[in-house]
Amino acid sequence: MKVASQDGPAEKAVDPRPVKLACRNVWKLYGNGASEFIQRRSGKATTAEIVEAGLVGAARAVDLEIRRGEIFIIMGLSGSGKSTLVRCMSRLVEPTYGRVEFEDKDLLSISDRELIELRRHRMGMVFQNFALLPHLNVLENIAFPLSVQGVDRREREARAREVIELVGLRGREHFYPRELSGGQQQRVGIARSLSTKPEVWFLDEPFSALDPLIRREMQDELMRLQAVLKKTIVFITHDFDEAIRLADRIAIMKDGEVIQVGTPEQLVLNPATDYVAEFTRDVQRAKVISARSIMRPLGKAQHAGTISADARVASFSADLVAAKKPFTVVDGDDQPVGEVTPDAVINLLAGIDVRREPLGTRA
Amino acid sequence: MTATTEGVAARPRQVYSWPLVWAAALAIVLGLFLMRDRLLWAVEYPAQAVIPVADWIGAIMTWLKVNLSWLTRSIAAVLGVPLNFALNLLAKGFKIGTGPEAFMLPRLSWVGICAAAFLAGRAVGGTRLGLLCGGLFLYIALFGKWTSAMLTLGLILIAVPFCILTGLLVGIWAWRRPWAEKYVVLPTLDLMQTIPTFAYLIPMLLLFGNSPVSAMIATAIFATPPMVRATMLGLSRVPTEITEFGDMVGCTVRQKLWRILLPSSRPTLMVGVNQVIMLALNMVIIASMIGAGGLGYDVLLALRALKVGEAMEAGLAIVALAIVLDRLSQAAARRQSEYHGELTGGQAFWVRYPNLTLAIILLAGTTLLSLFIPFFADVPKAITFTTAPAWRAAIDWVTVNFFDVIEAFRVFLILYVLNPVRAFFEGFPWLGAVFLLGLAGFQLGGIRLAALVAALTAFCAVTGLWEKTMATVYLTGISVVIACLIGIPIGLAASRSDRVEKIVTPIIDTLQVLPSFCFIIPVVMLFRVGDVTAMIATVAFAVVPAIRYTNHGLRQVQPSLIEAAVVSGCTKRQTFWRVQLPMALPEIMLGINQTILMALAMIIICAMVGTRDLGQEVFIALSKADAGRGIVAGLAIAFIGIIADRLFGAWTARARARLG
Repeated sequence: MKVASQDGPAEKAVDPRPVKLACRNVWKLYGNGASEFIQRRSGKATTAEIVEAGLVGAARAVDLEIRRGEIFIIMGLSGSGKSTLVRCMSRLVEPTYGRVEFEDKDLLSISDRELIELRRHRMGMVFQNFALLPHLNVLENIAFPLSVQGVDRREREARAREVIELVGLRGREHFYPRELSGGQQQRVGIARSLSTKPEVWFLDEPFSALDPLIRREMQDELMRLQAVLKKTIVFITHDFDEAIRLADRIAIMKDGEVIQVGTPEQLVLNPATDYVAEFTRDVQRAKVISARSIMRPLGKAQHAGTISADARVASFSADLVAAKKPFTVVDGDDQPVGEVTPDAVINLLAGIDVRREPLGTRA
Repeated sequence: MTATTEGVAARPRQVYSWPLVWAAALAIVLGLFLMRDRLLWAVEYPAQAVIPVADWIGAIMTWLKVNLSWLTRSIAAVLGVPLNFALNLLAKGFKIGTGPEAFMLPRLSWVGICAAAFLAGRAVGGTRLGLLCGGLFLYIALFGKWTSAMLTLGLILIAVPFCILTGLLVGIWAWRRPWAEKYVVLPTLDLMQTIPTFAYLIPMLLLFGNSPVSAMIATAIFATPPMVRATMLGLSRVPTEITEFGDMVGCTVRQKLWRILLPSSRPTLMVGVNQVIMLALNMVIIASMIGAGGLGYDVLLALRALKVGEAMEAGLAIVALAIVLDRLSQAAARRQSEYHGELTGGQAFWVRYPNLTLAIILLAGTTLLSLFIPFFADVPKAITFTTAPAWRAAIDWVTVNFFDVIEAFRVFLILYVLNPVRAFFEGFPWLGAVFLLGLAGFQLGGIRLAALVAALTAFCAVTGLWEKTMATVYLTGISVVIACLIGIPIGLAASRSDRVEKIVTPIIDTLQVLPSFCFIIPVVMLFRVGDVTAMIATVAFAVVPAIRYTNHGLRQVQPSLIEAAVVSGCTKRQTFWRVQLPMALPEIMLGINQTILMALAMIIICAMVGTRDLGQEVFIALSKADAGRGIVAGLAIAFIGIIADRLFGAWTARARARLG
């Protein structure tokens, strides 16, 4: 399986955060005899073999590691298997083969009792069409997961009011779902999934059913919440713009396979396949690419300012072009590591491919 | 079959030349007709070859009765407790102690119940519904039907919760176990819903005797199927995401079912509850034959004595009760929880349930008053009035003035429509019918359907009921044809004009809630007993689905399709014949299917007005308590229904598949 290696110009040091959730050669095949088929081949099969056996591969040989506190986005068109994959991670769908590890514990071998405990306290999920219970009001919906656990009424309502406050739904506690707008309903869905203080938070296309303006507002809301809560987030979307806005890392899926995993910048700069390149083509590069990717070694010219190596080009391009002089690029310890020239920014904005003149060739 | 020669064998089955096959088959049957003297065994089933299924069943029932009497008696005793409580509470009053010092605790006061009906209506559907419910109860009281109506209501109140609970549990079981649904529940439901109401009464009468308890058990069994279906449907319709949500918050299996799945399917379940209530009412009326008492018994007595005025009055009280129950349960089903301001656990009962509290206070208050003031205990004679004489006078007037017209119409129908058709059907060779229906089954659904249909048809013949079966088929057939001739054009008109639909809808809604009994009464008044009465009552009863489905089918044709037709230059007529009608055809056929089943059910009840068919057979068996005879005839009726249903179902499925 060819998951592209991340040796782009922006390669960072290995992420120090521990792995929270991992897929190890996970398969989900549909059809008769799917399980025997993949067992017999010890977890290896080509597309041709799967088709010949009359099976459908919804998730194929997926290897992923999601680290604590990161926003990990699984992105693909409809039918690419992204929903199946996230359901394999939460065991809503039983994988046909492979391991799913939750903090190094094999999720597929734990008992039903343990699974229920795990889901009650450590996982939360938000659904595309909200999945609110129509017979309960906002407060009761949000308190529902706690009520299932047997938390007493006073305590669960206090907790529900806390998260209602958090998502900005105060004053609507006693409304019923159908009396709310789509955006408000999804706020209820978000609040409900947060009421149990989960560690891993699955969001299955949470904003796809909302109209574009509300969607944007909800994305901002999510970023705000994540800044406070620092959950491990697995987020599904078919919208690449949404993915690059929110993601720490993105996995791109096609026909059940993960074809590339990387930061938005890596995907834009080094697409593994034409398919990925096609996705990234219309992306506004200045919003994705950081100063590090277009800087060159420090020259002798006078510098008009200082920027961080991780700053997105869009955040300083106007100032730089107006100053008509290069800016110094500094790393996390304020040590200068290079400079960015107005020409480099203009080239990027004009769509002249930066990969043709990568760092180092000019020196 | 005929066309499987070598050249054709390789090709798919569709290339059979069906018209040719049918022509050949009809020719063979016609041959049977002509040679009836030589091949009499193929025309009339030989009496000496009749399989005595009836005797076997009779023997089994007798054995059950003898050996299980301890069981049936204890069941009756247990069920009798809540039933008697309800009947005493609503209608009879409680008798405490025995002998001369016995003391009567009064029943609930009629004034209180009318007020409670008003409050219930207002709570679930606003003041207008409240006025309707209260008004109709008052109507029942003023027409002197109070005690009877309360007996009927009491039976329903006890039978319905039982049906709902059983239906829920069976539905959940079937939903959990697909094999149970496919092989146990669905076939049982199909059979239960096609066996005529009368046939339920016979085993109950045998096992539990002539009492309200056996009426209640028959009612409960008859009214349960829709709840089972609604439960299965509701559960399978819960969105996947909601199910997944249940798993993700770590629900146990039980929590998921009771706290997520069932509440989420509430709207569908409530439709089931409404149907249960209406079927229970229908059955309680019919179960008056085995001791249910109440309004049904009043109708029965009046009809037997040909007192049409009294029958009409009791019938109208049934109508009133039916409308109240239907509208109340429908409004309750539609009602959704709404934001009603802050409600927390700490509030008093009367703050949370103001209507309920008020109703309880009124009921208790008026009932207490009735101990001292007779006005509250019984509806005073002075304020009741009867319309029976008016009805009788009206009938007399009609008979005197229009006797000739009505009589001419009746005789015309008998001589030129009913009798020829009847003669044709009753002379139809049983072997020919088995053959033709089997062939139709083969064409529409393949060899398995053919085998089923042929076997069920043969059952009617080999049990010696062929002639009576054909009498039923003939009467049902004519009624269905007439119902369709009336219903489909009305449905068509309704689909084309919103105004017509607005007029038609409340009428068919009301027709649909009326218990089948009620249709007989006015017709008997004009046409006396006989086939004509049966036919007219059946048409009135069975016309509803033909109208409803035609209208619905035509209205649900996608507007974009009609626009496409109009844009490509179709005239109105072309749009109708070439776009709307073909698209709506499956739905219309479904309506005809329903019409057939309803007509069949009604024809059987019309045994009371002197038809000579399977219904009469059941009716006689009921009066003689002959279980074997009654059940076999009941099965034969059910089989007619199943044959029609399966053939039409297969046909509709094919039409649907063709439309994609």
